[in-house]
Amino acid sequence: MVPTNYYVILSAILFGLGVFAFIFKRNVITIFMSIELMLNAVNLAFVAFSQALGKLDGQVFVLFVIVVAAAEAAVGLGIIILIARNRQTLNVERVDLLKL
Amino acid sequence: MLAYLWIVPLLPLLGSAINGLLGAKWPNKYVTATAITSTGLSFLCAVEAVREFVESGQAFFHKEFFTWITAGNFRAGFDLQMDQLTVVMVLVVTGVGWLIHIYSTGYMAHEGGYYRFFSYLNLFMFFMLILVLAANYVLLFVGWEGVGLSSYLLIGFWFLKRSASDAGKKAFIVNRIGDFGFMLGMFWLFQKFGTLDFQTLFDAKHAGGWSVEAFGQLGTLTIACLLLFMGATGKSAQLPLYVWLPDAMEGPTPVSALIHAATMVTAGVYVVARSHILFTHSPTAMLVVAIVGCATAFFAATIGLVQTDIKKVLAYSTVSQLGYMFLACGVGAFTAGIFHLMTHAFFKALLFLAAGSVIHAMGGEQEMPKMGGLSKKIKWTYATMFVATLAIAGIPPFAGFFSKDAILFSSFQSERGGRILYGFGLLTALLTAFYMFRLIFLTFNGKPRYDEKKVHVHESPSSMLGPLVVLAILSAIGGLLAAPALLGIGPDYFTSFLAPVFGGAHEAVEAGAEAAGHQLELILAGVAFGTALIGIVIAYWLYLKNPRKPDDLAKSMKPAYNTLLNKYYVDELYAFLVVRPLLWLSTNAFWKGIDVAVIDGTVNGIAHGASATGDGVRHSQSGNTRSYAVWVVAGAIIVLAVVFYWSGAAKTVLGVVR
Repeated sequence: MVPTNYYVILSAILFGLGVFAFIFKRNVITIFMSIELMLNAVNLAFVAFSQALGKLDGQVFVLFVIVVAAAEAAVGLGIIILIARNRQTLNVERVDLLKL
Repeated sequence: MLAYLWIVPLLPLLGSAINGLLGAKWPNKYVTATAITSTGLSFLCAVEAVREFVESGQAFFHKEFFTWITAGNFRAGFDLQMDQLTVVMVLVVTGVGWLIHIYSTGYMAHEGGYYRFFSYLNLFMFFMLILVLAANYVLLFVGWEGVGLSSYLLIGFWFLKRSASDAGKKAFIVNRIGDFGFMLGMFWLFQKFGTLDFQTLFDAKHAGGWSVEAFGQLGTLTIACLLLFMGATGKSAQLPLYVWLPDAMEGPTPVSALIHAATMVTAGVYVVARSHILFTHSPTAMLVVAIVGCATAFFAATIGLVQTDIKKVLAYSTVSQLGYMFLACGVGAFTAGIFHLMTHAFFKALLFLAAGSVIHAMGGEQEMPKMGGLSKKIKWTYATMFVATLAIAGIPPFAGFFSKDAILFSSFQSERGGRILYGFGLLTALLTAFYMFRLIFLTFNGKPRYDEKKVHVHESPSSMLGPLVVLAILSAIGGLLAAPALLGIGPDYFTSFLAPVFGGAHEAVEAGAEAAGHQLELILAGVAFGTALIGIVIAYWLYLKNPRKPDDLAKSMKPAYNTLLNKYYVDELYAFLVVRPLLWLSTNAFWKGIDVAVIDGTVNGIAHGASATGDGVRHSQSGNTRSYAVWVVAGAIIVLAVVFYWSGAAKTVLGVVR
């Protein structure tokens, strides 16, 4: 059996990648994907701990996260489409109308 | 009616509210109707209440209508009472007040703010009635402050005129000084006796336990009385707080008649008379009252000698006559003081109203040197004013003779009085007769000194003459209540009527009178009459026979004349001693020091601080999406750090992982 540590480390690596991309990428869709990556990293940790502790709570949470992620994807993609239509770009550096 | 005594003050309040709230858009006749009806009904209700009071055998009436303040064992209620003193005051206030309302409809007919004037005037009536009907010091103080407010509003009625609004403020501020003393007096009384209800405080049994020795020369009662008297000097324009009354003549003339002659300024006398049980137990306070009254009477009369403004003469005359009333109270002759209060209300209201009629006839001219020879053109005004002048000068059988004689007699023979008080009182009587006849001669007799082509002298309308005639009749016969006693053919009706109120206080006076004998009273009355005649003759000789003589006299006695003309420089002295130091202190310390530097500085400093902080942190709101992402991550890291390092969570989680 794979030790829990490995899962958690993998999860941390995935989450770190997500954070890195979230901060440094400019394309809105990439940023969006990095958020999904972070969510799934968390899901992985949940499942791993659920297995380790022999409790179902973690798995229930994962289901919730997936549902929320789906809803968020719908809203987020809608926003992205609007940005693309109105600004003719997906670069977040250019989406700065509210800038001082 | 007695059971519903609250209706008497309420009616004018209603009139005031209606006129004040709705009158602005009404034609004058509706305003007139409201004002006259409310005060007239109030007068009728008062008369009915008095009738019931007399019918019930003049039993002391007291009723608690509702409780206003309760705190611990302190209770101040809306309690009204009716005794003989109240009867006199209520009838004078409502009766004279009503007449002056009627007069005002004529006098103010062409003025702007007609509804405002009557709203204020009715409000004054309300507060004055509260003052005289109140059954405890707290409710009395409500009326006391209320009449001060109405006085302020009415003096400054023509508020666009700088001098009028200044005079209003002066009256209000000077009165505040007195009121300060009055309040301290109330606190003192409450602390010492635990109640401010007249009935309990003056209870005969209660009073019986007080002895002069127990409280000492400067004891509790003396302090309380002197503090109350301080309030009275403010309200009744006595030395040293009289300065506001002459300036108060800036108000419309009916106001001067009602508030600054007949009713409000006598409130101080009323309070002293109402508290006579306290005062008679403090010889020191009585002496102070007598001396202040006597000094004011003489002092104001001398200023009145040289004034040229017809209303200013009457104003100083009022101050002087109020001094007489306090002199009477001070020597223990409270009945004489109240008697003079009543007759003074008649003849001084009449004098002011007649002066208003003269001013009306002259088209606004108030300076007597620019009048003269008016007697033929305004006969009714002349006749009524002449009656009032005879009354104030003390010519029998007019009202002033009897009341002034009673005061002089008491100050002569009372054990609290003395030769000095009597002497100054008599001298004041001489001066009074002189300056009043000077006023008459300058105004009505001699040659006209105005431009007859420009000034169209005309008699006033009947709405103004009616009250004049009624008041003239009262001034003529008002004193006869005391006549039988003087002539030795019957009782003094006024004194015996008030005896239940002042009973105790008068035993000494009465006993003295018995001892001194009736003959002395007649002699003194003769002396007073003779003195008044001398004053009149001097005035006649100076102002009718030798019209140039007064100017020569003024030149030959220039320093004295100028001192009198400038009112002993008292206003200048107060300005130098009090007003300017206060202004300096207020400007430099309170305004620029505390207000601007400390209070404004703190408030503005806080605002500036918030603004600067906002300016600093607004750069974090860059509008750059990726910088927000950094903030989110940074925040998450901080939260994690806190959770892991400052709580036990780290151990648990890491423990599980291992």
